[in-house]
Amino acid sequence: MTSTTRGATSVETGGAGPGVEAGAWEELVTTALLGTDRRPGAGGPGELLDAAAAQTLRRRAGLVPAAAGVRPPDAPPDDRPALPEAARRRLALLLADRSAPAHAGGRRGSAPDLGELLPQWLALANERGLRAPAELLPTLLDAARARTDLRPQALAFAGPRGLWLARLNPEWRFAQRGASGGSVLPEPGDTPAVQLLWEEGLFAERVALLEAVRAYDAQAGRALLATTWSTERAEDRLMFLDSLRDRLSAADEPFLEQALADRSRNVRATAAELLSALPGSALAGRMAERAASCVSLDRTGEVATISVEAPHECDAAMQRDGVAPRPPAGRGERSWWLGQLVEATPLATWPRRLGGRPVSELVALPVADDWGDELHAAWCRAAVRQRDAEWARALLGAPSAPPGEGAGTASLAERAKLLSILAEPERADWVARFISAHGLSEAFQLLGVCVVPWAGALGRAVVDALEIARDAGSYPWSFSGVMGLAERCLDPAESPRLEALTATPPEREGASPGAGGYWAEAFQRLVATLRLRATLRAELSP
Amino acid sequence: MGARTFDDMTQQGVRWTADQVLALAPDDASRKAGSRLGTAGPWSESGCDGTGAVWGLCKGSGSKPYQAVIDTTGPAYKCSCPSRKFPCKHTVGLLLLWSADEQAVPATGAPPDWAEQWLKGRRARATKAESGPTDGESGPVDVEAARRRAEKRAERVSAGAAELEQRLADLLRGGIAAAERPGYGLWEETAARMVDAQAPGLASLVRELGAIPGSGPGWPMRLLEECALLHLLDRAWLGRAELPEPLAATVRSRVGVPAAPRGPALRDRWQVLAQYDTADAKLTTRRIWLYGRESHRSALVLDFGAAGRAPGTALPVGLTIDADLTPYPGAGQLRAALGERYGTGPAPDGPPPGGTATEAVERYGRALLDDPWLESYPTTLTAAIPTPPKEGDDHWQLADFDDELALPVTPGTARSALWRLAAMSGGAPVTVFGECGHRGFTPLTAWPRGSTEAVALT
Repeated sequence: MTSTTRGATSVETGGAGPGVEAGAWEELVTTALLGTDRRPGAGGPGELLDAAAAQTLRRRAGLVPAAAGVRPPDAPPDDRPALPEAARRRLALLLADRSAPAHAGGRRGSAPDLGELLPQWLALANERGLRAPAELLPTLLDAARARTDLRPQALAFAGPRGLWLARLNPEWRFAQRGASGGSVLPEPGDTPAVQLLWEEGLFAERVALLEAVRAYDAQAGRALLATTWSTERAEDRLMFLDSLRDRLSAADEPFLEQALADRSRNVRATAAELLSALPGSALAGRMAERAASCVSLDRTGEVATISVEAPHECDAAMQRDGVAPRPPAGRGERSWWLGQLVEATPLATWPRRLGGRPVSELVALPVADDWGDELHAAWCRAAVRQRDAEWARALLGAPSAPPGEGAGTASLAERAKLLSILAEPERADWVARFISAHGLSEAFQLLGVCVVPWAGALGRAVVDALEIARDAGSYPWSFSGVMGLAERCLDPAESPRLEALTATPPEREGASPGAGGYWAEAFQRLVATLRLRATLRAELSP
Repeated sequence: MGARTFDDMTQQGVRWTADQVLALAPDDASRKAGSRLGTAGPWSESGCDGTGAVWGLCKGSGSKPYQAVIDTTGPAYKCSCPSRKFPCKHTVGLLLLWSADEQAVPATGAPPDWAEQWLKGRRARATKAESGPTDGESGPVDVEAARRRAEKRAERVSAGAAELEQRLADLLRGGIAAAERPGYGLWEETAARMVDAQAPGLASLVRELGAIPGSGPGWPMRLLEECALLHLLDRAWLGRAELPEPLAATVRSRVGVPAAPRGPALRDRWQVLAQYDTADAKLTTRRIWLYGRESHRSALVLDFGAAGRAPGTALPVGLTIDADLTPYPGAGQLRAALGERYGTGPAPDGPPPGGTATEAVERYGRALLDDPWLESYPTTLTAAIPTPPKEGDDHWQLADFDDELALPVTPGTARSALWRLAAMSGGAPVTVFGECGHRGFTPLTAWPRGSTEAVALT
């Protein structure tokens, strides 16, 4: 045989007297390669082909199986209940549609985008604690490989069988780092078992273990981390440090202070950021002291004004506390340093420092020498980092005020971040009033931080604004971002109100040609998607 | 048939699964487009009745909605849209909706007029075809003319076979190493000569030879094997007068001389084990494996579509049909023509009886006695553990549960099918139906342990 590698080209040859036959066959192949003209003793081509045909058939008829290779280990059990049949079929459809071309900007027809509903479907299935059907795991893992936003939900849903499968295929290696995959963690109080997994587990398992132990006993969690801290790789140190973000407490301060002297710059920066989120920490105090020396209240004029004297240098002590000395291109050093100082300063510093005013007045005070944008932006970042709702509310300003003219920040990105600090009903209410006042053209980012499904007033505001946009005569794809969001986020209970909008309105003067028909189509898709979402939900509830 | 009649089981009211519906779609694009239409949104006035009819109006881009109607007992489709896909996305979408949502497609009873017309016409035609004249009733003149045509054709095929013999001999005389050299033009030209000789079977075998020199290590061995078997076929054709008739029929069919299915028809509850398509530039070939629950016979139904069009016959995996099958002549030939269908119902049956890896290769070996040119044979492995490749190679195996033996998976098997199989197994044995041949085992359908529900891997 020319090929003896198992399974490479054929089932292993066996049968009677394999040694003799294998030799005879190889002889035939050699003769065929060289040609019968060059092997005078071997007979003519007809004889060669006759012999080869007989040999081929003997080999094929005498096939025996190969020796089995190393079998995969058994997949761990998954006790979650199976999907209802209708939901299983639905998932197959959603996954089949995921590679469909995106319709960004163009005409999208009146049928729902199934791939866009996959994240929601996965979240619902996970909420209900249902098990993924095994035969769909490969497509599910492929989908998660292609779309990182799907990964956490997809991997949780894939469960232990999914992680088992992913270990067998290098293409799904992302799953190893992505989630603990439902592997069984030891009891957080079982110290020897915890220590064993901590020392030998996969990275994802160790992250999950650290979180579990911290939830059970914060001190034990820190102790666990300390046992191996100095030998961890820099990127792992960064991830472990980042996992302290949840349940961060004053007791974590000594550990974080130590990490300020870490070899890795990213680890140092993260430690400083975490410390500054602890208003009572020594670092926060040091930063407050530095920031307060730069920002003061000037009462010499007619109106009280905030005056700013940005730092002139970024000394070693500042750098140790996480201040990055080099600004990104296009920014001045001093304003860069100032921003970092204010961002890391406990917000409670400012009413004291600036004349005992309430926060809402502080953010309205004029700022001298054009430092206002810099200062407000830093306050925004501080409010987000310290999760301070009062400051967030003040910096957002009134939703009806035209952007840029109110007291608050004009940046939509900053507003979106500030909104995420507020409680859900307040957030939705603010965005609803913003949309009622300004329409949809700037609402995309703000809607993105609202909780799904959009609560009553918010949903109504969006639908009303869409109707106004239609009546204004533009094309619906100018609003395709908001439309797409609405398809995913509107409460399906809104669909009866939308029915009336699915008819093609009579063409108006001044409207873009054919726009009415496209709007009708867009509203049909919206209604169809909402209905489908209601169906998805119903299918997942047994 | 047993005492239980199929009519009890036809269950035309039972809705299919989405997988069964999607298996009908001609291609991936239709599957996707159909999936998007499988929601209540665009549909109105939809319904179904107890005879297996499903209908509905689908809102399209025009003002008039498309009228879609399906006879699921066929299945047969009709849609007023201009699509050349068959079934079109509207009918696929409607069937998906029907399978998923009993409220959106309710069992309303009577179809609307436009659907009724088509359904009536279709059923009338079906009845007529049954009672109408069949082949073989033509007069003696036709028979004589046909005989002369057949003789003429046989002469041309013989000339082609002789020429092919000559070319194979030339190749072997000079050595097959020549076949690897670039620009080696023997295959395409020879294949064209075989087409001229009205031997399409020989032509496609020759064309397959052309792919071997580029197929990686071990190619000289594989090329010699296939040349030798082609030589065997040539010799068998030229000496067919001395062969027993069943083997002669097999030789004719391998060479590509058309033959008609020859009775008697076998009525059985035929379980659909697999359906898959292969396509080249000119032709899509659909292969459907059936298993007779009563007769325990395997049968292969073939159907063809011109490039870009799906073949008309579609039988979703998992379905059991009560139907007549008429076998094609030839020793060891499993091909059969689908005759009258008496009903369609969801398969209540689990996997067909199967065996071990050893039994699978033995079955193939035995089948070679009847048809030495057989590439593979339909086989079920009762308890196989899919074994993924070690990193760096791509040798999948299906390992016996009870011993240390395994079948390699045929090289080139779709990766998605294999991972699906591995996922369903979870390291435990599964029942797998597929084709077992000299290159390995090609899994087509699987049943997870303890399940009667077939999952198509194709």
